[in-house]
Amino acid sequence: MEFAGVSVAFGGTQALAGVDLTVHRGEMVALVGPSGCGKSTLLRLAAGFQGPTAGTVSVTGDSLGYVFQDATLMPWRSVQRNVELPGQLAGLPATERRRLAADAIARVGLTGFERHRPAQLSGGMRMRVSIARALTMRPDLYLFDEPFGALDEMTRERLGEELNSLFVAESFAGLFVTHSIPEGVFLATRVVVLSGRPGRIVADIPVPFDYPRPPESRYSPEFAATAATVSAALRGAAEVAV
Amino acid sequence: MSRAGMVSRLVAPLLVFVGVLGFWQFASTTLLEPGERFLLPPPMEVLRLGLFDPAAREQLLAGLWSTTVVALVGLAVSMVVGVSLGLLMSQARWVEISIYPYAVLLQTIPILAVVSQLGYWFGYDFTSRVTVCVLVSLFPIITSTLFGVKSVEPGLHDLLALYRAGRWQRLLRLQVPAALPAMINGFKISAGLSMVGAIIADFFFRQGEPGIGRLIDVYRQQLSTERLLTALFLSSLVGLVLFWSFDLLGTWVQRRRHAQRTTRTAVSAS
Repeated sequence: MEFAGVSVAFGGTQALAGVDLTVHRGEMVALVGPSGCGKSTLLRLAAGFQGPTAGTVSVTGDSLGYVFQDATLMPWRSVQRNVELPGQLAGLPATERRRLAADAIARVGLTGFERHRPAQLSGGMRMRVSIARALTMRPDLYLFDEPFGALDEMTRERLGEELNSLFVAESFAGLFVTHSIPEGVFLATRVVVLSGRPGRIVADIPVPFDYPRPPESRYSPEFAATAATVSAALRGAAEVAV
Repeated sequence: MSRAGMVSRLVAPLLVFVGVLGFWQFASTTLLEPGERFLLPPPMEVLRLGLFDPAAREQLLAGLWSTTVVALVGLAVSMVVGVSLGLLMSQARWVEISIYPYAVLLQTIPILAVVSQLGYWFGYDFTSRVTVCVLVSLFPIITSTLFGVKSVEPGLHDLLALYRAGRWQRLLRLQVPAALPAMINGFKISAGLSMVGAIIADFFFRQGEPGIGRLIDVYRQQLSTERLLTALFLSSLVGLVLFWSFDLLGTWVQRRRHAQRTTRTAVSAS
């Protein structure tokens, strides 16, 4: 996935200005920045929900996984049928899409909950269903729009660890928007810092740890040092905006 | 719902019923002079002359049946036309703005003025009667369908865009199921309106098979208040049953959405 000189303006406001960013397979890029800096807009561009005002966005691969801020499930469908939706829309035969859905549900640890309705699940479980739905079509690129923002700390960390295992297993390309610096550092191979509006890239910080990353690695001195670098860049970015 | 909740759901309206009945009895026997009693005959008299008199009962039930059939057919037509129009309007802004004013107009035209005109145009039989029902019951179905489709979570629209869903897929997989509870709510309101429409048509046409509207007119002229009141109660009862049926359907749909269908794990709603 590549953004080249991408700018976006809504009416009179400039949301993004000259963003260049490439995400390769096997890379998980965390995107942090002050509120309203256009982080989510970058994801919407990658998904094709909107077009850039200037520049180009190119995405290779034919399918895309998108995990929204809310679980965004259909309340009238069971877990199984929610996860089957992408296969159904693609016109896959029923047996095929059931197999894919069962596999994706197993990978997020929800086997046994296939027949539950979203309303019967906790927030964390709903988010797992949402991730399973994105996994079904086995895309090469995943876009995450602050998916764990509304969850409690424990659930958030657990899902982060699970996402890391999925990343190690699949080695996809991922772009993860987050408000949390530790979450970004824990998940990503690189942390990209955007400035306040109009959003532009002010720092691109590599995360120097290998996978698998055990939960306790969050408390290592190297982890703290990386988080501090991101934090400093973010502070600088915020001052530019003010 | 809890047991106590169920009991109060039944007992509370029953208490109101008994209270109204008591006041009614008091009003007709104590407040009214014997010579004025025809204005509001006591409840037992209404039952005796309206329901226990075989000739009157037969006449009333036959009228009720013919009116109910008209109302149900009218409601069915309204459901099909209203949902179709609502969905059509939800698909394109220009369709919505072209049709919506006329849908509102439907709600505001004095139906009494239109009824006689419809008689001139289409005659006084079944078709005209059903048309009156459709005219009075269409609007709530159109607006609730439209409202239901518009209340779809925006994220789900993005999701379908991500998987390149076509218009039909979006309609069938997302908009119709999302709007279903709102549609049922519309049916619930329209069911009663359709019953009123059938009675109005029958009352004004004065031709064709006599329904409850004609009987109301006849009893009014005969000052037979007992039978008039029986006719009112019976037609309200039909409206109430229709309303409850759609209410139950709505509750069932909601419950299905909040609990799995399997009996493997018992999920209590309390």
